[in-house]
Amino acid sequence: MSNRRPYVRSMDGWWKRDAYFVRYMAREVTALFVAAYAVVLLFGLVRLGQGEVAFNHWLQYLKTPWMLVFHLVVLAVFCYHTWSWFKIMPKTMPIMFVGGKRVQPGTITGAGLAASVVACLAVLFIVRGMS
Amino acid sequence: MAETEKIIEIQVLRYRSEQDKEPVLQSYKVPFTDDMSVLQGLQYIKDYLDGTLSFRWSCRMAICGSCGMMIDGKPKLSCKTFLREYYPQGLSVEALAHLPIERDLMVSVEDFVTKLESIKPYIIPKEPRTLEQGEYLQTPQQRDMYEQFSSCINCMLCYAACPQYGLNPKFTGPGILALLHRYNADSRDGGQAERNELGYADEGFWGCTAVGYCSEVCPKGVDPANAINQNKMNSAINYFTRFVTPGGAGK
Amino acid sequence: MKRSNEPIFWSLFGAGGMLAALIGPALVLITGIAVPFGLVFSPDTMSYAHMLAFSQHWAGKIFVLAVIALFMWHAAHRIHILLHDFGVHAVTAVRVLCYGGAFAGTVIAAYTLMTIKA
Repeated sequence: MSNRRPYVRSMDGWWKRDAYFVRYMAREVTALFVAAYAVVLLFGLVRLGQGEVAFNHWLQYLKTPWMLVFHLVVLAVFCYHTWSWFKIMPKTMPIMFVGGKRVQPGTITGAGLAASVVACLAVLFIVRGMS
Repeated sequence: MAETEKIIEIQVLRYRSEQDKEPVLQSYKVPFTDDMSVLQGLQYIKDYLDGTLSFRWSCRMAICGSCGMMIDGKPKLSCKTFLREYYPQGLSVEALAHLPIERDLMVSVEDFVTKLESIKPYIIPKEPRTLEQGEYLQTPQQRDMYEQFSSCINCMLCYAACPQYGLNPKFTGPGILALLHRYNADSRDGGQAERNELGYADEGFWGCTAVGYCSEVCPKGVDPANAINQNKMNSAINYFTRFVTPGGAGK
Repeated sequence: MKRSNEPIFWSLFGAGGMLAALIGPALVLITGIAVPFGLVFSPDTMSYAHMLAFSQHWAGKIFVLAVIALFMWHAAHRIHILLHDFGVHAVTAVRVLCYGGAFAGTVIAAYTLMTIKA
């Protein structure tokens, strides 16, 4: 027993060890882009509060090439967020039964993705209607 | 029909505390047939090539949970993994990740066992029950609520898969939290409040960040990720309503 | 064992994540691509007059605050975990930075909406 010297291995770079971990990190990193988009919106809101001239500056800023690239990237990331969100959602739900049969994870993911498509279309139509 | 003998190279992470400062890979060339498991490969090494190699095994049929190790970087049961899958490139075998190496392919299980004992892994009856009352009755649906979580063989592959456990060994971990849920979800049990003193703590369900790899590697389909994450909702509900529900505000 | 306070941040994370998952792509498409460049939507959609009117209405205020605040709280919780996953050990500093940032953003947004020209 006195010769025991358990060896603890380092966790450095653990997420690079397996493709599964890399995908997990990709999912978590989407948060940086959600934050960035929220900050852009917040800037717009603050400019709105500062009056028409200030807000128009923000609108002009949105039309620059960098902001277009930014939003295209953010759009792709948000789509990935939607997909990964509903992919993990079945893990957060208790075991459920419908008509005596167990609800499958794929059903929950599918329903979530469908809801997202409907919600996005609704937003697009409402904004179209408002403008 | 004579078979040409195939040889596969197995690289094993060796560690003997009396002579090694740190673990080191050692290569062995093992003759094998298509029906041989990685465990049988290790047994060949120990029997014919290097008697100093130490590893745990018992049933060799994926039910005792002894032979878990990292095979080519993935947590697997060595009795359930076949050498032919790694031919001709060869494979590496290491002790389960995120756990201290005692010797060669053996990890320290002390933390796991201590935590296992701490979650009260037995039915705590809702009220005292006499023999005359007979058996508990349970519908198939009531049993479905906990049955898969009762399949755990304590192999610890999920601990090797869980980076949150690797980063913070205070986290109770996937397998044991799944077992905690197994008892909480059993209609015969009334010990939820006691077990959730651990479950609702940072070291309990909240130590999990839904990586989900534990459920991927589990050889018995326990799905610890589901066991843990479905409890976050009821933990949150309990957190916000505890001051307005009778007996809700425990500690 | 001490009860965790994670439910507070996790609930905000969940609400923000669900909102982002449901309407995030549409919002980004509208505000960042379609309207500024006049694709399908007229650039006029987000004119000062339109946005001011939107923010003056109580429903508009709630919507704008919900999107900005919940997206920030969602991101704060995930980034806090991300830093932990990357091995950053300064736990308190990380929490203050992440949740403090989301809190600041919420306060700024709420204040702006409450005091916007009526």
